[in-house]
Amino acid sequence: MNLHKYEKIWLIFGIGSLAVFLAVIGFAAFWKGTHPQSHIETIDPQNVEAHEAFKPENLGLREVADGKYTVNIIASAFNYDLGKDENGNRVDTIRVPRGSTVLFQVTTPDVVHGFQIAGTNVNMMVEPGHISRYETVMKNNGEFTIVCNEYCGIGHHLMFGKVEVYD
Amino acid sequence: MAFMYVTFTSLLVGGLMGLLQTFVRSGKYTLPFGIDYYTILTVHGVILGLVMTTFFIIGFQFSLMGKTVGLTDKQRKAAWWSFWIMLAGTIMASVMVLTGQASVLYTFYAPLRAHPVFYFGLALVIIGSWIAVFINFRQLYLWRKANKGQKSPLLAYMVTINMIMWVIASLGVAVSVLVLFIPWSLGYTATINVLLSRTLFWYFGHPLVYFWLLPAYMAWYAIIPKIIGGKILSDSLARLAFILLLLFSIPVGFHHQLTEPGIDATWKFIQVVLTFMVVIPTLMTAFSIFATFEATGRKKGYTTLFGWFRKLPWKDVRFLAPFIGMVAFIPGGAGGIINASHQMNALIHNTIWVTGHFHLTAAMTSVLTFFGITYWLVPHLTGRRLTPRLNKLGIIQSLTWTVGMLIMSTAMHIQGLLGGPRRSNFSEYAGGAQVDTWISYQMAQESADRFSSLPSS
Repeated sequence: MNLHKYEKIWLIFGIGSLAVFLAVIGFAAFWKGTHPQSHIETIDPQNVEAHEAFKPENLGLREVADGKYTVNIIASAFNYDLGKDENGNRVDTIRVPRGSTVLFQVTTPDVVHGFQIAGTNVNMMVEPGHISRYETVMKNNGEFTIVCNEYCGIGHHLMFGKVEVYD
Repeated sequence: MAFMYVTFTSLLVGGLMGLLQTFVRSGKYTLPFGIDYYTILTVHGVILGLVMTTFFIIGFQFSLMGKTVGLTDKQRKAAWWSFWIMLAGTIMASVMVLTGQASVLYTFYAPLRAHPVFYFGLALVIIGSWIAVFINFRQLYLWRKANKGQKSPLLAYMVTINMIMWVIASLGVAVSVLVLFIPWSLGYTATINVLLSRTLFWYFGHPLVYFWLLPAYMAWYAIIPKIIGGKILSDSLARLAFILLLLFSIPVGFHHQLTEPGIDATWKFIQVVLTFMVVIPTLMTAFSIFATFEATGRKKGYTTLFGWFRKLPWKDVRFLAPFIGMVAFIPGGAGGIINASHQMNALIHNTIWVTGHFHLTAAMTSVLTFFGITYWLVPHLTGRRLTPRLNKLGIIQSLTWTVGMLIMSTAMHIQGLLGGPRRSNFSEYAGGAQVDTWISYQMAQESADRFSSLPSS
């Protein structure tokens, strides 16, 4: 079997660009550390409250150091539990100052959900039995919608929240 | 022909469901009689993704095998068994979906639970398709016994490769349905392994789209050259491309799970590399096809740089529809590389970008080629002729389909980049400017879909 000369050029060019793409992705992944979330940390879905991060009093936004925040969230059909404020009302918006580093930790006691903060790189699958984690720096101010982007049942499209980044 | 009737009935039903969805998503309509959005979304996915494609492909492959290596009466009888078992399974699954007892979408991710009959129906469709697989293998085996030492016919070879791929891939979903889902839906097991069921599903789910693509490749490599009056560039290169696609199709499903919490990042990266390998046979195919076009034109005496291109049979729908499909595969394939790119996947994962992507690759590349094949195959099977008037109607149909899909899929890609989610009923979420931009793109999708689906139905 012989290859036509033009076909050789075409394939070398094509496979060459493929190698470049892979090198870029690999550089970003292993040198810069930008992997998709992959923590392989499990949790008992029947008893998520037993985990320190998902105790009812620990849900929602907490400042762990100067400019560093953790947000613990329980996703369940069809709601994101972002904790309660001082008056005992449920929180629907997470407010953080611009430039802060925020670690989102999410789990679910029921079915598979999505967790995406539209307009940012935060996009994770949330599965029963696993803890999903992503740390990001909120560089731009504005309002960002949290959407459930994996079908979780009849009220799937009513599952949302909001992140507000202020100056 | 029986396979073709089911194909086009499901196209009608499935297309209608797609149209209804975009109506609902635009936010201007609500469904009557309390029918749920997710029920029609499940119908659209199952009917078009699993039923229409599988019936079309198996029917098409039977006719190719019949023509190239022959079909005995015994095999024909067995083929009817495969047809009826698949149809029974389809009806079982569809009834459950339509009565709202299986609104689990076509991916049926655990632990969403459907009625057990839905899973039994899926199992029957797979078993029926396996019968077809073994008939195809037997056809080629008998031919090779009768023609010792000869190379098997190209199309028979391609069908066999596609069927090997189908068996390897469907083992994953068969294990998942028989071992995980059926015992669990009947209550024999209390829990189900979510991560394992998803991995098994995608082990099947991505080779599945190559199972749709390879029949299109068969037409491009072996049928189109005949229609334009030329000859395939290289028989052995075509065979090599099919072998490579078979090998590379096995590990690709993993890129659907890049944002999964329970899988190690290094493994994800290894799978990204393996997924990218699929590009190589695809590049080979692109080269072969256009080289065939050029060689044919040159032989006919068109010597200028692009003369051969202008003189392709643009007015023949059997060429035009597949050709548009080929062109759509350029942005479609490029989008696929983005989807499989490790961390870049997080930008588009489960946004409506993905829906836009597979409407380019499946609904344009594969389905338009299937339209072209149909205009060629049905006259063959029924002994009728594609008259000039019908040819013109076919062209109008293919062009409206193209324009509609193009607008819809572009709007979906843009909305996806802005973060709009897929698989979601109309929602204003928390409101605000971000959500407003999503809604405007949803309206564009609605009008485009209305445009493309009606004439094609």
